Amino acid sequence: MATRKTSGLRSWLRSGEPWVWMNAAAVGTSILAVIGLVGLIAWNGLAHFWPHAIVQLETGTADNPVILLGELVDTDTTERLQYEEATGDGALPEAQTTVTRVLLKTGNRRTAPPDFRWVYDHRINRISQPVDAIVIERTEWGNAYGFLESVRDGDRTVTGVKAQEALARAIDFAEELRENIRDLQQAELQRVNAGIEALRLEDRRIALSDRSPTDKQSAHADVAQRRAALEATYATLERELREHINRFQGHEITLRRADGETEVIPLANIVRTWQPNAMSLAGKLGHYLSSVWLFLSEDPREANTEGGIFPALFGTVMMVLLMSLLVTPFGVIAAIYLREYAHQGAFVRLIRIAVNNLAGVPSIVYGVFGLGFFVYFVGAGIDQLLFPEALPAPTFGTPGLLWASLTLALLTVPVVVVSTEEGLTRIPRSVREGSLALGATKAETLFRVILPMASPAILTGVILAVARAAGEVAPLMLVGVVKLAPTLPVDGLFPFLHLDRKFMHLGFHIYDVGFQSPNVEAARPLVYATTLLLLTIILLLNLTAILLRNRLEQRYRGVEG
Amino acid sequence: MTTSNGGAADTSSIQDQSTSLKVLDWSLYYGASQALKSISLDIPQRKVTAFIGPSGCGKSTLLRCFNRMNDLIDDVSVDGHILLEGQDIHAPEVNVAQLRRRVGMVFQRPNPFPKSIFENVAYGLRIQGGVPRGELEDRVEWSLKMAALWDEVKDRLKESALGLSGGQQQRLVIARAVAVQPSVLLLDEPASALDPISTLKIEELIHQLKDNYTIVIVTHNMQQAARVSDLTAFLYLGELIEFAATEQIFTNPSKKRTEDYITGRYG
Repeated sequence: MATRKTSGLRSWLRSGEPWVWMNAAAVGTSILAVIGLVGLIAWNGLAHFWPHAIVQLETGTADNPVILLGELVDTDTTERLQYEEATGDGALPEAQTTVTRVLLKTGNRRTAPPDFRWVYDHRINRISQPVDAIVIERTEWGNAYGFLESVRDGDRTVTGVKAQEALARAIDFAEELRENIRDLQQAELQRVNAGIEALRLEDRRIALSDRSPTDKQSAHADVAQRRAALEATYATLERELREHINRFQGHEITLRRADGETEVIPLANIVRTWQPNAMSLAGKLGHYLSSVWLFLSEDPREANTEGGIFPALFGTVMMVLLMSLLVTPFGVIAAIYLREYAHQGAFVRLIRIAVNNLAGVPSIVYGVFGLGFFVYFVGAGIDQLLFPEALPAPTFGTPGLLWASLTLALLTVPVVVVSTEEGLTRIPRSVREGSLALGATKAETLFRVILPMASPAILTGVILAVARAAGEVAPLMLVGVVKLAPTLPVDGLFPFLHLDRKFMHLGFHIYDVGFQSPNVEAARPLVYATTLLLLTIILLLNLTAILLRNRLEQRYRGVEG
Repeated sequence: MTTSNGGAADTSSIQDQSTSLKVLDWSLYYGASQALKSISLDIPQRKVTAFIGPSGCGKSTLLRCFNRMNDLIDDVSVDGHILLEGQDIHAPEVNVAQLRRRVGMVFQRPNPFPKSIFENVAYGLRIQGGVPRGELEDRVEWSLKMAALWDEVKDRLKESALGLSGGQQQRLVIARAVAVQPSVLLLDEPASALDPISTLKIEELIHQLKDNYTIVIVTHNMQQAARVSDLTAFLYLGELIEFAATEQIFTNPSKKRTEDYITGRYG
């Protein structure tokens, strides 16, 4: 009986079926791991934007009641022993071994800190969801939670039921005003500022030039005259700006907090308000979408723990595109030389090994190289040659978009070289001979036949390069990424694309929000949301390149091999 | 198939005809090993000349000397002269690209480019440059007609050449070679990768083309050599053993080794 069983097992082993099962299990585990990873990030990141219900908790003792209002963010369970050591409370029932607590986001960081509180379940006396509770998203000090008391609209004060409508009107008014201010600041004032800075540099340039003293004097006078005109414009614009800001005066909201106190919030600080407990599902969905949109389109606030991530999104895409533009020609030309022109000897083999090994160099090393070579050497040289009037303030001799893109291009060039070389090797000799036999030169053959046929392989290399570059953070910290960039690398001022500017990056933003943030609890959901966005961006960039490659492959199918 | 009766009944009359390619004392070395040994022969104009011989005898190597395709191989050295219409093709002042326009070549396996049928045929003309658009279309049509492919592809010129059958691809490649109007056409076992019907079509085509072109064909198939060629050269281990009118080679070879090969004793 036992022997028959063994032989059955042995024949089963020999049939190869366990092998199939093992493979299936390995594949299944990998897929589960990917789904788990993306799922966790997506859930935590996307849930952040949902308008959670506001709960009112009554806790404390009968003589000293504490009423808290806020969003339920988290729950966890701790051991009885830990609880007793932390609180010194010995009054728990004998049978209870664990204690549950909830994390409440109570907001109101300036007037009633802290803005996140843990509350033990058994200490909550009453829990309710007041329908008229309101959340106010502010440009400063985070969200405020409470009940709308009154709205002051210039010189009228509206209370009671009418306050709701007045609030909606006030928000529209604030939005319009803020847009005017933003236009004034970003378009007009920035342009005038840039003009004044350009004149300052022109003045220096005149001083540094070898013109005659009288010549210089008249040139200086000319610059001074133009500057006076610009400064007059600046003064007018500033006055206009102040007028706009003054229009906010007298517009404010009075909020009654859960503890009964009232506080006044100036309208200028209010981004938007909502009453989640009174919202229908459709209303919540609309709010959700607008939250996502604000996250994608707004600048960050409050040390990156509030607001959106648009500059980081823009910087990441810009950097990756620029990197692809730099790495593709560079890698392709190198591969063509290595494969088509260089004599295939020991030296070329050595170069090939070196290029392959470059891919294994830790990325921070590239960052150090980029800083030492591009920024301090090349950048400083460019400044000496082209921007001497701005010195000692560096123009290109400081980390910036161009240097970050170049450093990443260097980091990813081995990938492009290797896959282009593979593509070139796969093209059959007969096709090359066919072209040469028709009287084409080697270069004509290369450009008309070989490169188009190798284009899918080249694109594969670019895909891999993009995937690697978009996720890289360490080298960027040395060559151009900053926590907060005041301006985007692209704007309406000549020369429109500012390669010398520092920029923000999603990968670095995750690190910054997650580890350098002053408000850990507020930052946590943003870490997930930003991570999800970074994943989406990489996915989209890759998908575009993959679709393009597949189209090309379709075209050249049947010749390779 | 019709047998060739191009009037080349004996060797003496061949010598009288005007020569297209004249090979003089030609040797070729791959590194240290000699692949062609002092070969001399005259290839007449507007005739089909076939090179036969066992594998590795050097017939393809000799063929590839006529358009200098061997230049692409490292470590090849040559000695002697090959004259194309009196001009030494290995002279330093010769432009190889221009030489290859005068000496077209068709390879063993069809090698169309991954472009449309039209673009394949127009390729050589576009490289040459200076052919206006309207004339380009005429030349493509003419070439495809020369290659007996026009009727099959005239409605699908914009489609990929890779969608054609093997035999059609080979005729397309011939059209592509003919389009630049060479004076010599080199065919390196043009039918060995094709089925019998496609082979037949290629052979018919060779017959028609010889009115306009000097054709040199390398073949493994002796029946094919007998069917299509006017003259036949038998090569063995890098040496030219015998070169004469095809009829004579196949009916009354003067060398013992030629007879052995033709009667199937080796090869």
